[in-house]
Amino acid sequence: MKEVKKALFDPIFNNNPIAIQILGICSALAVTSRMDTALVMSVAVSLVTAFSSMFVSVIRNRIPSSIRIIVQMTIIASLVIVVDQILRAYYFDLSKKLSVFVGLIITNCIVMGRAEGYAMNHPPHLSFLDGIGNGIGYSVILMGVSFVRELFGSGKIFGHVIFPLAKDGGWYVPNGLLLLPPSAFFLIGIFIWILKTWKSHLIDEA
Amino acid sequence: MQVNSIKNTMIVTLAVSIVCSLMVSYAAVSLKPLQDKNKVLDKKENVLRVAGLYHEGVDVEKEFKKVTPVVIDVDTGEIVTDKNIIDPEKFDPKAAVKDPKLSEPIPPEKDIADIKRRSKYTVVYMIKQDGQLKTLILPIHGLGLWSTLWGFIALEGDLNTVKGLGYYEQAETPGLGGEVDNPKWKALWKGKQIYDENGNVKLHVIKGTVDNSKPDAKYMVDGLSGATMTSRGVSHMIAYWFGDHGYKKFLQKLKASLQQENQQGGAS
Repeated sequence: MKEVKKALFDPIFNNNPIAIQILGICSALAVTSRMDTALVMSVAVSLVTAFSSMFVSVIRNRIPSSIRIIVQMTIIASLVIVVDQILRAYYFDLSKKLSVFVGLIITNCIVMGRAEGYAMNHPPHLSFLDGIGNGIGYSVILMGVSFVRELFGSGKIFGHVIFPLAKDGGWYVPNGLLLLPPSAFFLIGIFIWILKTWKSHLIDEA
Repeated sequence: MQVNSIKNTMIVTLAVSIVCSLMVSYAAVSLKPLQDKNKVLDKKENVLRVAGLYHEGVDVEKEFKKVTPVVIDVDTGEIVTDKNIIDPEKFDPKAAVKDPKLSEPIPPEKDIADIKRRSKYTVVYMIKQDGQLKTLILPIHGLGLWSTLWGFIALEGDLNTVKGLGYYEQAETPGLGGEVDNPKWKALWKGKQIYDENGNVKLHVIKGTVDNSKPDAKYMVDGLSGATMTSRGVSHMIAYWFGDHGYKKFLQKLKASLQQENQQGGAS
């Protein structure tokens, strides 16, 4: 039971994939200017990580070490294509906004990192939970970053106007930097700072 | 069996490949009809949006019945009736530009919009009411700052007054060039004139705000602040697509045939 808890909840803060493992930064910059795209991306990455870890774990004892990376990649890539196809069929508008980034989940280091680092030597159910946990850890950061970026960058949350913009007759002058990908660097940096101040054992030895 | 033996490596490789490819093909094939439907619906929605016929909750399919897609030969300006050349339902402007059979290179000196190639045929959309042409919707595209902007421009029945402009695909800087999608800016286009008295393309995006007291105000649209390159791209796009290499021939021919129709209608 303790193991299950650890697999699921550790990656949320103690071993957060973005803030502590520093994986998956690229997509965290790219899709966080709006909360709806960030949410879809979070769900997609969580599902892909969970299922790819599970499948890799199921066959982990049969995978020859010489081809293990390519086997993991094949499984991940197939799942990503399936997710992309489903999005295109059922959530067409969102898939248009996410464009190439769904396909780029394949190269999201979190997925590969968990398959190689965890699923290769843990049983399937734990690997699945580890995938979900890492997905949630990734989602926490994505949602946090996109919340700040959408609220202060365009005055909205999930597309609903919170601060009426000055150019539309309101009072709020948005911060243009927040709409650009580099702003996510600052926000992620601040998040890491807060996390490491709160949990001081995470600070690396100098 | 040894996990690392060649035999096992082969078996694992084959098994993983087959299972994964089956999974991917199944997803791709079974979801294809839905995806195609989405694409067609999306295009129709974009056409309706530019024509001002779209609002939240409208039945796109039903509303689109008012619209007649027409295939035209851009080079000659003639309407093409042969369905074998292009099926207007399935026509994809982006794919056509890439297809060497359906497109041709634009001579560099004429390539104002920086798009390199143009499709020979395209699909325009007409909305008629009581036999009169009310709206003509033309597809346009051109380079902005980062991306090619793909959109439609709608004209009134006089074929010179803009009814609406809209892009269905662009990747300009959000908040700056991305404001081409801002409804307020798009609304500025309504009522603007494309050609001047001499038939030259005069409509363009200026830097700053248009002074409406000036006589030329009907040929100018406010620039997007902080997006000089995108604004310029939009101007170039108008200049190209309404110029000699674009739809000018088609518009002239259409105008002539509409006038003829009216006269005949008046005589009978």
